[in-house]
Formats: sequence, structure tokens, C-alpha cells
Amino acid sequence: MIPEIGHFALVLALAVALVQGSVPIIGAARGRTAWMDVARPAALLQLALISIAFLALMWAYVVSDFTVLNVVRNSHTAKPLLYKISGVWGNHEGSMVLWVLILAAFGAAVAVFGGNLPPALRARVLSVQAWIAIGFLAFSLLTSNPFERIFPAPLNGRDLNPLLQDPGLAFHPPMLYAGYVGFSMAFSFAIAALIEGRVDPAWARWVRPWTLVAWCFLTAGITLGSWWAYYELGWGGWWFWDPVENASFMPWLMGTALLHSAIVVEKRDALKAWTILLAILTFSLSLIGTFIVRSGLLTSVHAFATDPERGLFILLLLCLTIGGSLILFAVRAPAVQAGGLFAPVSREGALVLNNLLLVVACGTVFLGTLYPLFLEAATGDKISVGPPFYNKTFVPIMVPLIAVMAVGPFLAWKRADLAGVLSRLKFAFAAAVLAALGAVALEGGPVLAVLAMGLAAWLFVGTLAEWAGRIKLFRAPLGDSLRRARGLPRSAHGMTLAHAGLAIAMAGMTAAASWKVESVQTMQPGDSVELAGYTYRLDRVDQVQGPNYTSDMGQVTISREGRQIAQLTPEKRLYPVQQMPTTEAGIHTTGLADLYVVVGDPDDAGGWTVRIFHEPLVPWIWAGVLLMVLGGIVSLSDRRFRLGAPARRAKAPAGATAARA
Amino acid sequence: MTRKRRRLYFVLAAMLILAGAAALVLGALQSEITYFYSPTDLAAGNAPAGRSIRLGGLVEEGSVERLDDGVTTAFRVTDLTNSVPVTYRGLLPDLFREGQGVVTEGSIGADGAFVAREVLAKHDENYMPREVTDALKKSGQWRDPAETTE
Repeated sequence: MIPEIGHFALVLALAVALVQGSVPIIGAARGRTAWMDVARPAALLQLALISIAFLALMWAYVVSDFTVLNVVRNSHTAKPLLYKISGVWGNHEGSMVLWVLILAAFGAAVAVFGGNLPPALRARVLSVQAWIAIGFLAFSLLTSNPFERIFPAPLNGRDLNPLLQDPGLAFHPPMLYAGYVGFSMAFSFAIAALIEGRVDPAWARWVRPWTLVAWCFLTAGITLGSWWAYYELGWGGWWFWDPVENASFMPWLMGTALLHSAIVVEKRDALKAWTILLAILTFSLSLIGTFIVRSGLLTSVHAFATDPERGLFILLLLCLTIGGSLILFAVRAPAVQAGGLFAPVSREGALVLNNLLLVVACGTVFLGTLYPLFLEAATGDKISVGPPFYNKTFVPIMVPLIAVMAVGPFLAWKRADLAGVLSRLKFAFAAAVLAALGAVALEGGPVLAVLAMGLAAWLFVGTLAEWAGRIKLFRAPLGDSLRRARGLPRSAHGMTLAHAGLAIAMAGMTAAASWKVESVQTMQPGDSVELAGYTYRLDRVDQVQGPNYTSDMGQVTISREGRQIAQLTPEKRLYPVQQMPTTEAGIHTTGLADLYVVVGDPDDAGGWTVRIFHEPLVPWIWAGVLLMVLGGIVSLSDRRFRLGAPARRAKAPAGATAARA
Repeated sequence: MTRKRRRLYFVLAAMLILAGAAALVLGALQSEITYFYSPTDLAAGNAPAGRSIRLGGLVEEGSVERLDDGVTTAFRVTDLTNSVPVTYRGLLPDLFREGQGVVTEGSIGADGAFVAREVLAKHDENYMPREVTDALKKSGQWRDPAETTE
């Protein structure tokens, strides 16, 4: 019964979305307040209905209702509760319900917090949100119904893919989707602005925080996925430039550009048409990210079950959304008036450069990801594009971006004095030289890696110097500086945190890529191996029984100069339901490096294959990204973004006055 | 600074960055892409020696053996018409099994055997790399795995 309620709720949600997508926007065009007012209750009702559907599906998973096909395929009674719940979105059908649920939640947020938006803009935004919902609810109901029944019901399910039974990956899809779908806000606002033909600072004050919310989720989501790949796959790597990873990285790059251009719209009323285009592109890439891999268009070794039959529907949906919005942009963008003037050397100029570089970098990732598809269609040749391609294209584009990133925040709006700014960066320059020299002295190695370490130090010290300059640290009494720090807007602290975080993460990425050491060998219990100054001793391998798996658990003792440092328990697990083995790496972090051990297969003589990695600075990647997300959150708590604030300077647009009358 | 002048600067900057990126991409597409070959392609001598390529097919039944050093595995990759000997030093992915699809990356050694630097894992039991499916279809040995789909 409950699955039917869920299914019915989904159908009702589609009906509500149809109303929400038509009545308010017609009302906005004709200036009818009553019609526009339909949008808010409709958005809330839609959230309620989709929540019912989602909870119904979750209920079917929690009680292991094997009359539902989706549960049979992805669950098992012996599975821990956490993975029964995460199993809801660990498959295509369920993840679509999660997708529309998050979309409805963002729509409801406009309805609840949008009291100070001009009513016509709010009505149009909610209608556009509803169009997206219509597309995906129809997709879900017509091609991937999660509530399909199966008769006769089997005694037990087929279990969730064991690789997905992991706390990191349990929360990876919701985070990632919250990021993807969060960009729908910027998209809906962009489309609404194109329809209205105007963009005012109130528009940007709405778009910016919501883009930031999406960006935080996406950053966290991508990182969770990367972290999972790092410790769960046992390959010792954390990023493989695989199509699945690129698909989530492209909206991130574009969204980062959007985040920065929205600042210019808000503060200086310039770059409006460009920002709208970025909003459209970011959401388009999010859609591509959600679907291109699942549709089977691109092959990836990281892909979980794909279903090419749905490909056509997806392609149609993508063409409609992306093509339609770009055509609308081409027609309506000239109506959006250009804003304030600025010199090339200015804060705006630096942000434009940031945008150009990020978009071009995104373009290279896009080309690398889709080129195999084009080439195969054109010539039939099958190729793959891997890390060497991105090292030669993406990485060189990042170099000027990082170099400018330290300078940008120092620049004044409208027109800046570059020589003066550069003189304030002398400490950063000294730090960069020191870091590069340090890298040569400690490790030596590739020129690009040394350069990148220098750049990371340049960005880190440059970012801190800008912050210190703002609060007059060391140049005024300490109490005075603290008072200034408190007086600084939260968004300024947020930027400092995020930029410094990127610097730290970059140092980690560079070191991990350039100075990783690895050793593979067979070890008998009692054998020792030395790697990068640490001694690894395999003590024994035990048979351990888990809730729904059996495991060969190794005991590895790590010591340095005779002192014991850590005991690791790398595992090789076997999940009997799917007959699938998985690897659990043993990782000990020293803060400067990860000591990473993987146990492989036993040989006939009682030995085990053991793979050991010394991963320098990998913990810095996670710490740096954490700082970036933290920076985003601190920025979000800025007073300007709090509820009610946008009303302060918002001028009532023409449509709104008509509506109020 | 007039509006026109500003626009000119930005268009110039954009062109410069785009041209630079295009040069980088074209250069990288020349040298850094990896072609995919099936065992039949290799047997026909179509693949360049020494260059990094991908080889995909099924792991031949009964061909997997561990060499004496304990960490090198030798196996054969087949499209059921031809097969190619492959050696790989390192830990094989969890889902590496005889009779299953596999994609390896490496280069052809002096003796004609394929030396893999990487054996790509898949994350899903039912997932068959599309290249492998196509390679099998090309050799006429493709059977639809009906038991894995409802």
C-alpha cells in the first residue's frame, strides 16, 4: 500500500508542477496578483508531495519490502540500516526521486524566504523551477518508476553494490545532487531575468548566496567522492580525470566562475548578460553531469550500472533545456542593459580574467571528456583521454589563474594601482621563492611541481597578507586589529578562508602527484619492508566475520627508527550475496603524509601481496577543501545575505508596482 | 575609458586566452591520447609498438598465473578470435576474474607481449566496458548477457 501512496504522490506532484509552471508566469505577464500568488502554495505542496514519495521509498527499503523491484535489486535484509537508507539513492530510480526532492526543496525555499522579492520575479522564478520539475518528474514516472512491483516477491534482495556500502559514499550522492540542483536557482533566476529583460542588484543579491550554497554542497560532494575513491579503491590515487569525475568537476569550475561574476553584478552592476550566460551554462553542465554517464553515452570504469535505453529521453530533455535557454539568451540578452565602466586593472578586471580562465579551463575538460565521443562518431577510432592530456592543458591554464588570484583581492574597484599592489605582495613573492627552493632541496623533481609549490605559497601568503592588511595587523595595536577583524564583513573572512584553503589543497595535490612512492611485494607474516623512512611489518592476516561480509584482515605495524608509530588493519572483504570482493585500505596520517597499506591476494606459500604507498601531503588536500567549504559557509552567514536584507536597496521594478496595485 | 575601448580589451584578452588554450589542446590531442585496440587488431599488427595504448577484451579462462616474483601476473586477453599475452606487475582490481571483461593500459614490449601499466577496474559486476562489447561484436563472438538484465 505504501509504495502506491508514494507513486500516487509523485503523479500528484507532476500535476501540481504543471499548475505551478503555467498559472504564475501567465499571471506575471498580465499583472494578475492572484495568479502569481498561486506559485508559493504550489511550491510548498510540491515539496510535501515529493517528500511523501521519497519517504515511502525509504520505508520500503527500511522494512525490506521485496515486493518492490527497486528494493529487490538494491537491498538485502542483512545490510546495516545506514546502507538500507543510502540504498534509496544508490540506484538510478531512487536517485531521480532524490533529485526532484532537492529541486522541490530549493523551490520551497524561494517561496518561504522570497517575501522581499518583487512578486513578478518570484512568480516567474517559481514557474521556471516547475518546468524543470515537470521534465524530471515525467522522466521518473515514464522511464524509471522506483515503485514498480514484482510478483512473486523473492525471499531476499540482491544487495547494494558493496563498494557503495561505505559511509563516505552514503552521503556523496545527496551532497553532489544538492550542488547540481542548487544551481537550478541561478538558472531559474537567469531565465526569469531574461523574460523580464532586466537585472537589478536585488537579483544578484539573491543569486549569489544560493549559488554559494550550491557551490559548498558541490565542493563537499566532489571531495567526498574523491576521498572515497582514495581509501576504498586501494589504488592510492584520489583523482583520475575519469569522465564521471569530470562530469562533476565541470559544473564546479563554471559555478566558481558564476560565484565571482555575481559579485561584480551585485557591487558594480556590470557583467550582467555574462552572469546570466554563466548561470545557464552552469546548470546545463549540472544536467550533463547528472545524466551523461548514466545514459551510457560515455564509458567510464567508474560507472555503476548504466541504462542506454533511457538515453534518448535524457538527450531530448537536455536539448530542450540547454537549447531552449540558450536561444532565449540570444534573443533577450541585448535587452539587458550594460552597467558600470571599469579599467582593465581593477577588481572587476581581475574577476573578468578569473572568469575567462575558469571558463576556458572548463572548456578543456569538456573537450577532453567528450572528444572520444566525437572522434568515434566521426572516424570510428576508439580512444581514451587520460591524465597526461589534462596535465598539458588544464594545469597550464590554472597557473595564471592562481598567480592572479593572490593579486585580485588587493585591487580596488573601478581602477587600481598595480605597482602599489605588487609592492604589498613582496612577502608572498619571498614565500613563493622559499617554497620552491624548499621543494628542490627536499625532493627535487619536475620543474612544474616546483613551480606549483611556489605558486601555492604565493597564493597562501598573498591571501593572508590581504587579510592582515585589512585589519592592519602588526601595524596597529593588537586590540585595534581585533576590532577591525570583527568589523570586517563575514564574506571577506570567507574569501580569505576559501583562497587559503585552495592554496593548501594545491600544495597537497602537487606533492601527491609528484612525490608519491610505492612498493609492491609478497610478504610472509613477520616480513618487513622499508619505504620512505618507515618500516612496515606484516604481523598476521586474520579471518574476520562482518555483518554481511567476511574479511581477511591484515595487521600491519609501522615504525620509524625502531619506534612504533601505528597499527593498521587493511582488509580484503568478500560480500557473499553479490560474490564481490572489496578492498579497505589501511591509512595512517602523520599530517605531512599518509601511510597507505593495501592487502591483496594470498599466494600458495602462505604469503600475501601487499602494496604500500607513501603519499606526501595528501591530508592537505582534504584539509584545504574543508577550509574552502568553511569559507563558503562563513560567507553565507554575512549580514547582507540574511533574510530581509535585500529589501534595503531594492528598487521596485515596473512589473512589481503594477502587481502591487 | 570608453565602453568600446573596454570591450576591445576584453575581447583581446579572451582571444589570447582562447588561442593559448586551443594550442595546448591541439598539442595534447596529438600526443596524449590513448587509442583502444582489440586483440584482433594487435594480432593483425595494427598497433604501434612502444606507444601507450589500451587493450580490452575478456580475460581468457585458465590463463591467469602468478609469476615467480609473486607480484607479477600473466594472463591473456581475448576477443574469442585472437588472444594477446599480458603481464602486469601490481595488485589486480577486485573484480578482475577469468571470463570477465577487462581494459588494460600499457604498451607492446619487444617480444610482442603486452606490458600493462594499469588494469582498469570496474565497480559493478554487470558492467561491461562498451569498448569490450564492441570488440566482441566485431569478432562476431558477442552474446547478449540476458541473465544480467531483466
